[in-house]
Amino acid sequence: MELLYNIFADPFVQMVSLPDFFVQVLWEGFVSGILYSLIALGFVLIFKASGVFNFAQGIMVVFAALTLVGLFALGLPAYVALGVTIVIMLGLAFTVERVVLRPLVNQPDIILFMATIGLTEFLVGSGELVFGGEPKTMISAELGLPSGAIDVNMLGGFVTFQRIDIAAAIIAIIMVIALAIFFNKTKVGRALRAVADDHQAALSVGISLNQIWVIVWFAAGIVALTTGIMWGARSDVSFALEIIALKALPVLILGGFTSIPGAILGGLIIGIGEKIGEIYWGPLVGGGIESWLAFFIALLFLLFRPQGLFGEKIIERI
Amino acid sequence: MNMQHQDVMPVGEATPRIKDNNLLDIAEISLSFGGVKAIQNVSFNVKEGEIRAIIGPNGAGKTSMLNVINGFYNPQVGTITFDGQQRSEMRPYIAATQGIARTFQNVALFRGMSTLDNIMAGRMLRMKKNFIHHLWYYGAAKKEELEHREYVEKVIEFLEIQSIRRTPVGRLPYGLQKRVELGRALAMQPRLLLLDEPMAGMNLEEKQDMSRFIIDVNEQFGTTITLIEHDMGVVMDLSDRVVVLNYGQKIADGTPSEVKANQDVIDAYLGVSH
Repeated sequence: MELLYNIFADPFVQMVSLPDFFVQVLWEGFVSGILYSLIALGFVLIFKASGVFNFAQGIMVVFAALTLVGLFALGLPAYVALGVTIVIMLGLAFTVERVVLRPLVNQPDIILFMATIGLTEFLVGSGELVFGGEPKTMISAELGLPSGAIDVNMLGGFVTFQRIDIAAAIIAIIMVIALAIFFNKTKVGRALRAVADDHQAALSVGISLNQIWVIVWFAAGIVALTTGIMWGARSDVSFALEIIALKALPVLILGGFTSIPGAILGGLIIGIGEKIGEIYWGPLVGGGIESWLAFFIALLFLLFRPQGLFGEKIIERI
Repeated sequence: MNMQHQDVMPVGEATPRIKDNNLLDIAEISLSFGGVKAIQNVSFNVKEGEIRAIIGPNGAGKTSMLNVINGFYNPQVGTITFDGQQRSEMRPYIAATQGIARTFQNVALFRGMSTLDNIMAGRMLRMKKNFIHHLWYYGAAKKEELEHREYVEKVIEFLEIQSIRRTPVGRLPYGLQKRVELGRALAMQPRLLLLDEPMAGMNLEEKQDMSRFIIDVNEQFGTTITLIEHDMGVVMDLSDRVVVLNYGQKIADGTPSEVKANQDVIDAYLGVSH
């Protein structure tokens, strides 16, 4: 009986008795959820347009952040460093298209997947070679990002909002809206969706696959850079981020590999879910839920709804 | 002007529908995949303004031929001249730029997108504003978008698909999907339109509609059409000239009535052993 009480009743009693703390937990979950969403968004962009699961997305986040910090350390002003980093991400997109994707066009997906693992190792190696392996501090103040916290008096207590987290949330929302408009309203966006749907038909109306790939990898690079800045500002810039990026996998399984709203919502569900799980149910098993809960949820989804919340159900004619 | 056409729709004889010049000239094309010879030494031409059919039994190399014209395949031997320009290495992108549009045997649409977006995709090459303009959607890019939307609306009206404008094409019945695919090709304002089995899997009524659209496209827009079709009745009614392939080789070329009377063609279809 006591066990059942501890599982099904006690956590909710706690939530209600300390509502300000509960709001704090929700907010923390929301913020890490946004960062998961951003990483997942990078995966979705590339998966939609080329059907490639880009294993290198996580390392692209690290690579972009390291480049930014490294250029600043070389003495460039912060905004110039940002501009140069964007150009470098564009260069990376061109290189990936030319060196990795183009020679492997029409190969099975698994080959392309392996190629992105190779790309990951290459980026890790070259990143360490140029910038060294030790963690760096993100130049958030120089980029004009706010710091410090706001304490809000609510529900009989104080809830603390880090200013950087608020900024991260706003920037993420702006970026998602911008991408949505770009995808749905413009010629390039239409071409991207066309390529995602049918390569042959896209070719026949004169869409250049090579161009489209450069554009999506560049877009994913920009998303990676933003994620890197935000995440780096909260902790630091190190290769450990690459591991955190794997959290995007359960997010994608939850949201569906082809859906941008799915990536966003999946990220938020995972972020909030694992924080709440850790705080309220974690003590029952001695803590440490946060590291595996996301994958457990993903497993449940694989069993009951393999296409995710918003993914396209694949119906094949046999 | 051939007889069959006048039965369907009488047209004024002010300017001849079919011009004298060859829009497309295929000369001694051979294409093989490894040891499989898909096309062997085939030559034919397509005059500007005509409806040209390619027929033949299954596996005769018809679709391969369309893929060659469209740039999906590069033949090992032979030359292709389109609009007076002989092409060397070919890619679908270049074919599209030159004004060659096509539809596919198994409908190849952007299934997640609406009818409107599918047809708008056909305007891709005609939109000149670059990527940077489109990042900032408002202004020049939006104005351009609206101009092209106008043309697309004309295509939609022409094909009588106004009611499915916003429907994702994946949900449409097969016959309508084929029509949307034709719309996408028409939106490119092509000089040469390649149709790979436009009537496959259609019922009689849908076939009649599609035949009407093909004739109208040809007569109203002056678009040259090359089509592959298995329904012999349709082929004989629609086309000005027919080329017949069998096992990758050309066995006949001429007007529908000439081809119908050709002994090789009859043998190929009935499977006489030589």
